[in-house]
Amino acid sequence: MFTILDLVQPDNLAEAYKILSDKRNNTILGGCAFLKMGKKRINTGIDLTKLKLNYIQEKDGFIEIGAMTSLRDIETHPLLKEHYNGVLPQSVRDIIGVQFRNGVTVGASVYSKYGFSDLITALLSLDTEVELFKAGRMPLTDFLAKPKEKDLMVRLWIKKNMRQASYLSFRNSSSDYAVLNVAVSMLNNCWTIAVGARPSKAAIAISASALLSLEGATSETIEEAAKRTSEELSFGTNTRGTATYRKALCRALVKRGIMEVLACKSN
Amino acid sequence: MQIELTINDKVVKWEVANDEFLADTLRSHGFLSVKKACDTSCCGLCTVWMDGKSMLSCSVLSLRAHGKKITTIEGFPKEAEEFAQILSAEGAEQCGFCSPGFIMSVLAMKNELVNPTEEEIIHYLTGNLCRCTGYMGQLRAIKIYLGVA
Ligand SMILES: Cc1cc2nc3c(=O)[nH]c(=O)nc-3n(C[C@H](O)[C@H](O)[C@H](O)COP(=O)(O)OP(=O)(O)OC[C@H]3O[C@@H](n4cnc5c(N)ncnc54)[C@H](O)[C@@H]3O)c2cc1C
Ligand code: FES
Ligand code: FES
Repeated sequence: MFTILDLVQPDNLAEAYKILSDKRNNTILGGCAFLKMGKKRINTGIDLTKLKLNYIQEKDGFIEIGAMTSLRDIETHPLLKEHYNGVLPQSVRDIIGVQFRNGVTVGASVYSKYGFSDLITALLSLDTEVELFKAGRMPLTDFLAKPKEKDLMVRLWIKKNMRQASYLSFRNSSSDYAVLNVAVSMLNNCWTIAVGARPSKAAIAISASALLSLEGATSETIEEAAKRTSEELSFGTNTRGTATYRKALCRALVKRGIMEVLACKSN
Repeated sequence: MQIELTINDKVVKWEVANDEFLADTLRSHGFLSVKKACDTSCCGLCTVWMDGKSMLSCSVLSLRAHGKKITTIEGFPKEAEEFAQILSAEGAEQCGFCSPGFIMSVLAMKNELVNPTEEEIIHYLTGNLCRCTGYMGQLRAIKIYLGVA
């Protein structure tokens, strides 16, 4: 169990960031579900409750999601159900249970870059930017590629557009971590295929996405894009599945994801 | 640190540690219906409501209950008794350890979902584990309770 020596509830982001950077063991508290599983000795726990970062709203052509928004809000918010074929609600709906999703936060889920993350894979298939207090605003892909630095995740920005998307995950039992997850999206015939829980962190299959975008989705290119995704990304082995199994799953899920997006388009 | 909260419609002031979790605080003040099993956010036994939303009290810092309305099953004596009778009539309870958390989730679902389908009921309650019964009796009981059988 983790311990917290001191606890603060800063009134603004600058104060929160200053306390975070003051000492190595000062730590931001999200919903605490993940922190609780570890044994961290936290010097000052930084509770962001007063910063009003729990919201989902439309702003300047984006959907803006505050870092303290719960995964349950992602699942139930009308704006997210109405956009991108509800890919974000779909991605979080199998994470443990309703009570759990009521407590855990978007900021922690994205900032932590968990390999098993369902949400990150879905966000990666959309036009997502993250906003950090110190490092500023950047595409999610850049954030994921960056080495981990102490910072404060403030909010997400997702470009509001007509992107059609689909999310699929494969679990050995319901509410377990995914063995593999896949998100596929398309906007103006430009495709994005993202694969997570490989079990390392989610990544975009650049070559397979380009193939579909350039040649269009036919039964041959769909097969080829699914195969190419499973070849261009790397897979590993853990207790949930072997690398070979994941590679085979990837091919099946990507194909299914593309077909789902095409079905959305024709609706 | 002192927190002030409303617990089952009664305002209380409690002293809590920075790293204390709500399940422990509630149990230490006699709310023994709140069970703790996995203590890792996986089983749902510790479910209570915070401002009307079901939460895992084993994973909520007690400090975060400050200014909030917490409800445990003791706050719903009538509903709990009614549903517990259906549970027992359907043979859906053995040791009963999971029941308080489970009932809190069923009541939350009743507020949130209108005429839920079987798939929706099962999905809503995935976070409540039961080691004894195999869930079919619980499902029968819920359908009777919600009148969706
Ligand atoms: C038992 C269990 C099973 C899970 N299963 C899944 C699953 O199947 N799929 C899935 O996608 N996820 C899963 N998760 C992860 C979960 O969805 C959350 O992502 C995770 O719990 C972190 O959220 P939290 O709010 O609890 O964060 P916390 O535990 O509070 O924090 C986690 C980390 O993030 C940091 N942090 C928190 N907020 C911020 C911020 N705003 N800026 C910078 N850093 C911050 C904290 O300092 C800490 O280091 C699981 C978690 C648990 C505990
Ligand atoms: S004791 Fe809280 S979820 Fe199991
Ligand atoms: S009745 Fe024993 S755990 Fe559910």
